[in-house]
Amino acid sequence: MWNFPLLPEIGSTGALENTLVFWLQTAVVTFFTLFGFALMAVLVYRYHRGSNVDRSNPPHHNYSLEYFLMAGMFVVGMVFFLVGAVVFYRLSIPPDNALEVFVVGKQWMWKTEHTGGRSEINELHIPLGQAVKLTMTSQDVIHSFYVPAFRVKQDVLPGRYTNLWFQPTKVGRYHLFCAEYCGTSHSNMIGWVTVMDPSEYEEWLAEGGRGPSMAEQGEQLFVQYHCAGCHRGSQTVRAPHLEGVYGKSVPLQRGNEVYFTMADDRYIRDSILMPKNEVVAGYEPLMPSFQGQINESDLLKIIAYIKSIGTKEATP
Amino acid sequence: MSTIAVEPRQAIQPPDDHPEEVSYLAAGHTVRSWLLTVDHKRIALLYLVSITVMFFIGGFAAVIMRLELATPQGDVLWSADGYNRAFTLHGIVMIFFFLVPSIPATLGNFLIPMMIGAKDLAFPRINLLSWYLYIMAGALALVVLIFGGVDTGWTFYTPFSTMFSNTMVVPAAMAGFIAGFSSILTGLNFIVTVHTMRAPGLTWFRLPLFVWSMYATSLVVILGTPVLAIALALISVERLFHVGIFDPALGGDPVLFQHLFWFYSHPAVYIMILPSMAVMSEIIPCFARRPIFGYRMIAYSSIAIAAIGFIVWGHHMFVSSQSMYAGMVFSMLSFLVAIPSAIKAFNWTLTMYKGSVRLETPMLYALGFIGLFTIGGLTGLMLSTMSTDMHFHDTYFVVAHFHYIMVGGAVMGYLGGIHFWWPKMSGRMYNELLGKLSALTVFIGFNLTFFPQFVLGNLGMPRRYYEYVSEFQFLNVMSSAGASILAVGYILPLFYMLLSLRNPPNAPANPWRATGLEWQTASPPPTHNFHKTPVVTRGPYEYSPEGAEAIDGNLNTAFE
Repeated sequence: MWNFPLLPEIGSTGALENTLVFWLQTAVVTFFTLFGFALMAVLVYRYHRGSNVDRSNPPHHNYSLEYFLMAGMFVVGMVFFLVGAVVFYRLSIPPDNALEVFVVGKQWMWKTEHTGGRSEINELHIPLGQAVKLTMTSQDVIHSFYVPAFRVKQDVLPGRYTNLWFQPTKVGRYHLFCAEYCGTSHSNMIGWVTVMDPSEYEEWLAEGGRGPSMAEQGEQLFVQYHCAGCHRGSQTVRAPHLEGVYGKSVPLQRGNEVYFTMADDRYIRDSILMPKNEVVAGYEPLMPSFQGQINESDLLKIIAYIKSIGTKEATP
Repeated sequence: MSTIAVEPRQAIQPPDDHPEEVSYLAAGHTVRSWLLTVDHKRIALLYLVSITVMFFIGGFAAVIMRLELATPQGDVLWSADGYNRAFTLHGIVMIFFFLVPSIPATLGNFLIPMMIGAKDLAFPRINLLSWYLYIMAGALALVVLIFGGVDTGWTFYTPFSTMFSNTMVVPAAMAGFIAGFSSILTGLNFIVTVHTMRAPGLTWFRLPLFVWSMYATSLVVILGTPVLAIALALISVERLFHVGIFDPALGGDPVLFQHLFWFYSHPAVYIMILPSMAVMSEIIPCFARRPIFGYRMIAYSSIAIAAIGFIVWGHHMFVSSQSMYAGMVFSMLSFLVAIPSAIKAFNWTLTMYKGSVRLETPMLYALGFIGLFTIGGLTGLMLSTMSTDMHFHDTYFVVAHFHYIMVGGAVMGYLGGIHFWWPKMSGRMYNELLGKLSALTVFIGFNLTFFPQFVLGNLGMPRRYYEYVSEFQFLNVMSSAGASILAVGYILPLFYMLLSLRNPPNAPANPWRATGLEWQTASPPPTHNFHKTPVVTRGPYEYSPEGAEAIDGNLNTAFE
């Protein structure tokens, strides 16, 4: 109980930037707080009842002082705003070379899945120095993925994907908390993020055995859920082939209007669960919905598969 | 400054054929005379009693929580569900049934008609109706929260509240819904009263700043509360009939709820703090014995807070999956709303310049308010900063911040106001020494309770945790220890104020030698407030520091 930290660890590049902003703000806030208290103390002391001071003509107002104060507050506010917005922007846009890991939150555990096929519960192992991008969703209510040592937090929502990224700078084990209240065992929805040397990380990955990757598992599911029946060259039902689709823009049709959207995780997911909403131009809205039939983890695997064939040549 | 003759003691009050001579407290002693009263002052007392009960019930839940959090493991309560129900009870009771109605329904009800020289509010019966709605809602909430239990937190986030919680969410939402109508009716009443019932000569810029601030509060109440009512109704619809509004499994959008909820609940923070600011603007010039510094700036800043307060709600949602660019707009606007608050704090402080400062109990509470509100407001700037909020959101840093505003600010203001106007409301003086002791105890206990929570938040302890990792224990123990001091500070006033009621009325009409119209009539006031409608010929704060010094020798006599 007596051995406790007063400041959180700085475990990532973003945490460093965030901490600099924090100290800038703490300095400014402390200065104004002390100024306010000191001003009060001085005025109370000097003008205490009975003290022998000049009390003639107390001023009723001083507009130039007020405008000066307002301008000062405005400037301080805008500096805080700009610095905070810039750092937030940097903490929100993952670099292109980021290692992708998938996260599914459910009452009350975190499931993390590596593209290589290894998955963990309430643990996340990542290599030092490598930017990591999380794609997260929830199986039930809203959760929030929070690693204090990285100073990042992002709500994890049912029905959509959110992202979070960080680049660890120090080997160690860091707390992972659920920050959004999610029911009975909210406070037990915690775990560890383990940052390892890249070589140890490779060993750790190998330890898991050479099981099928997420994309390979996704391909099995693609067959199992009968997606392949139509999307792989069936003659009876006309459905678009999915090679070369991921990451490109696809033409959609609504009435007589054709528009384009990016075939990303969101689009693939919605096309599986709500297939009639965004139909590719030139096709009939025939596909049945898989809402409630595929769990979040399997959906991520199917998306990983479709992503893996995104680099292949589109077949007519 | 002439004071009106002290009201005759109850024992020698004139018989009923001169009812205008009878104080409002003596106007009837039956239960019926209280429960069916349309006198704004009696309704204010009804509210005072019910709100005090709610405060201590909500406070008791906080005691349980602080006890539970003294150790990392769950041990005091039988289960995590018990803890989750306790913080939900604490939040719902404290916000909807204490903070929102606290100052408006007690001091506002009591004082607005008196401050503007009127006999009552514009709609006395609606005023009584709003108390009955409050009681209905409060009773429903207590039954549901204590005997049933709700585990959603006061924020009712979806889809947890609509599709996953197994507790009595719909009745709790109904209680909030009904309580909302109680505040809407009070707000409406205040707005109409201030517009139509001011005494002759009482122009807008001769209004006490208390009235300005309550007016701004009422605007926020009537514009914001209906949106809360809608959000709570939609929760009930989705929960009962499975209409897809918020749950994505039914085709809804969970973030939509957060927008609706915070559209009310951020302005609700101003509903809670503006009335305390109203109290500050009365106490400080009175105890500094000089006109308030920057009257117009303080008046306009109340309106500015009310207006800008409506367009900052998205700063609760920086990490909710709201668009980053929307977040930037909300972040920028949040810094703007800080400016009028800072102007107020600055003007109150400068009101002491060249004054003759007396540190009586209300003034101690007022200075405590300025100090704690400053800390709460400035840490709010940190939370409005998007990157810092990414770390602090949903941690104890946020808990500490809003307790500095709502407990350090709003409750300090409420207690300061109760102490200031207690002689007027009850006709009795309380024990001044105990009063000062309570102000000091609350200030110290408050800081010991909540300052460690800033550090905890920065370390990353999330809020609403029943159990926590062991390295957070020391700071939690500190916080719990501080809370026990704070509890003493809150029980003290209850004790000595009730004690003061045992004495016969002993308060002079104007014990603080204040300038407001409410002090120009007897303590306690007659039923119709004024024997003759006052005519106002000057501004509200015509105090003179030099005059105060000249009659210094007489000042103490007021307290004997």
